[in-house]
Amino acid sequence: MRKTVFKGTALPLLLLAPQLAITAIFFLWPAGAAIWQSLLQEDPWGMSSEFVGLRNFTEVLAQPEWRGAAYNTLIFSSAVAILAMGTALFLAVQADKSIRGANIYRTLLIWPYAVAPAVAAVLWLFLFHPSIGLVGRALNEAGIAWDYKLNGNQAMLLIIIAAAWKQVSYNFIFFLAGLQSIPRSVLEAAAIDGARPVRRFWTIILPLLSPTAFFLLVVNLVYAFFDTFGVIHALTGGGPGKATETLIYKVYVEGVQNVNLGSSSAQSVILMVLVIALTAVQFRFIERKVHY
Amino acid sequence: MASLDVSGLRKSFGPTHVLHGIDLAVEDGEMIVIVGASGCGKSTLLRIVAGLETATSGSIRIAGREVTALEPAERDIAMVFQNYALYPHMSVEQNMAYGLKIRGLPKAEITRRVAEAAGLLGIEALLGRRPRQLSGGQRQRVAMGRAIVREPKLFLFDEPLSNLDAKLRVQMRAEIRRLQRRLGVTSLFVTHDQTEAMTLGDRLVVMHAGHAAQIATPMEIWARPADTYVAGFIGSPAMNFLEGTLAEGGQAVALKAGPVLRFADGPRAGGEGMPLTVGIRPEHVELAEGGILLPLDLVEPLGSETVLHGRLPGGEALVVKLAGPAPDAPSLPVALPAAALHVFDGETGKRLDP
Ligand SMILES: Nc1ncnc2c1ncn2[C@@H]1O[C@H](COP(=O)(O)OP(=O)(O)OP(=O)(O)O)[C@@H](O)[C@H]1O
Ligand SMILES: [Mg+2]
Repeated sequence: MRKTVFKGTALPLLLLAPQLAITAIFFLWPAGAAIWQSLLQEDPWGMSSEFVGLRNFTEVLAQPEWRGAAYNTLIFSSAVAILAMGTALFLAVQADKSIRGANIYRTLLIWPYAVAPAVAAVLWLFLFHPSIGLVGRALNEAGIAWDYKLNGNQAMLLIIIAAAWKQVSYNFIFFLAGLQSIPRSVLEAAAIDGARPVRRFWTIILPLLSPTAFFLLVVNLVYAFFDTFGVIHALTGGGPGKATETLIYKVYVEGVQNVNLGSSSAQSVILMVLVIALTAVQFRFIERKVHY
Repeated sequence: MASLDVSGLRKSFGPTHVLHGIDLAVEDGEMIVIVGASGCGKSTLLRIVAGLETATSGSIRIAGREVTALEPAERDIAMVFQNYALYPHMSVEQNMAYGLKIRGLPKAEITRRVAEAAGLLGIEALLGRRPRQLSGGQRQRVAMGRAIVREPKLFLFDEPLSNLDAKLRVQMRAEIRRLQRRLGVTSLFVTHDQTEAMTLGDRLVVMHAGHAAQIATPMEIWARPADTYVAGFIGSPAMNFLEGTLAEGGQAVALKAGPVLRFADGPRAGGEGMPLTVGIRPEHVELAEGGILLPLDLVEPLGSETVLHGRLPGGEALVVKLAGPAPDAPSLPVALPAAALHVFDGETGKRLDP
């Protein structure tokens, strides 16, 4: 790896300043505010607040609704991660087979990533709406009772698919890069050693992709935790009932609809800690183990 | 251990023709070195034999069995790559055992073979390491080990030594030769290094632009090169080429540089005045009183020998290699002994024999 060494400290600081400023304004400040807010109890009109220590946290953790949302999040996140990564890996392997086609694939597959969550949601709505959606109507005509507005499992399935769809492109790019960085001669050596394509995939390609896969797992989990608010909001609004209310969606419900800022902040702080923990695990893992 | 027959092998990548009909018969236990300039199609030939590329036409037979359409896995060969191509996520032991496991050999047999190969190559202490924890030379050995344990019909080497430093290269070269002799495995070895080619091969295939220019033993290639390309490629410093025409009814050559030299081995067929190219190796040029005066423009003392660069009166360059130091003079008289001349057709470059 090449290292650039700066002579003074002024230039590097200047170069870093915009990024530091953005981090401070859009992350550190709101995060600090959330932590402070989570220790306060505000009256419903926002006129006064009192310091309550960790009471918001203990209340949140004891709430059955919060536990329900945590359970939903677990199902949702793991399903999104598995679906998005599995699909992406499959597509990347296909694309890798024909390097010539890889560029077209890449361009086509990156598009979903550029689509805004709400727009993506509308797209899926048009597909799966029970009365106006293409697939939704087809399902109903085929005798399968499809209505995600009534059936919680179907609603969960729908947001999983919609959220995974948006993440496939990101995963695809990384998997494809990972695949293409495996030296061709290593695969050829395996072929000469007698390994057929399927065995090559399981014994050579997949192990060599595992650092990429682990990185993506964390990224996908963090995405499912945080970045899926738009999709859920536009498609199901957390319903029916609370069937698709995930932790991030509950933060919104608590803070914006119920105007319980203390509790909402406590919930977002819990989420923040979760993500920090995930990231820390990732860094340690990368440092310790995987670099071939 | 087996014979290899390549016949009429052609290969094109789209419009690019890379191999133009290669015929090669390798006997059981023979070590064949394929040598040639970069881009002449050596690797392509090797990869087609391995089954990593498909031939455009022609056939490959290993031990008499037609394998042209078979997958690499079905050919029972082993290959050592230039970059070694070790499996980065496996230990040295797992690297060597991988092919045996796929073949479904019993565990005890795998362990025995790996230990034996490791002993042969002196890498017992490295069995637990990953490839990235090895030096280039050690990786090279592991790659060899991975090939040996398979006990294949055919070894293929694609410039396996070119990533090593000069000293290690010489050492590994000798080691590969010893191993190959001892195991008696038929081998194809690709290199662009002529010293490697001369020392390793039972026979050489000198490739030139997709053709096999000559297939013969190293000494024969050196002594009787089939054309000017082979003559110039093998030998260091390279053979001198002088222009001339056939004279005295085919008995002699009239050099453009002046002298008329009578052939020592008999007349060449052809019309009077036919253009010829005469080759003479630098070590065969002699210093002789009354010879052609060669003005020197460079003297390279190499210790045990000296290389002189000069220009003949006609303007043609002549390189002379002397045993021992050169007399200190701005120009030296040289003679071209008739017995050391190689005569080639001036137009086609093909060797002309009496
Ligand atoms: N996959 C390919 N597609 C198109 N052309 C190719 C391909 N592989 C090789 N070639 C061309 O075939 C010719 C021979 O290549 P090859 O790799 O066999 O050369 P080589 O003799 O091994 O050279 P080197 O000593 O540099 O390894 C080259 O001109 C190369 O550009
Ligand atoms: Mg090559």
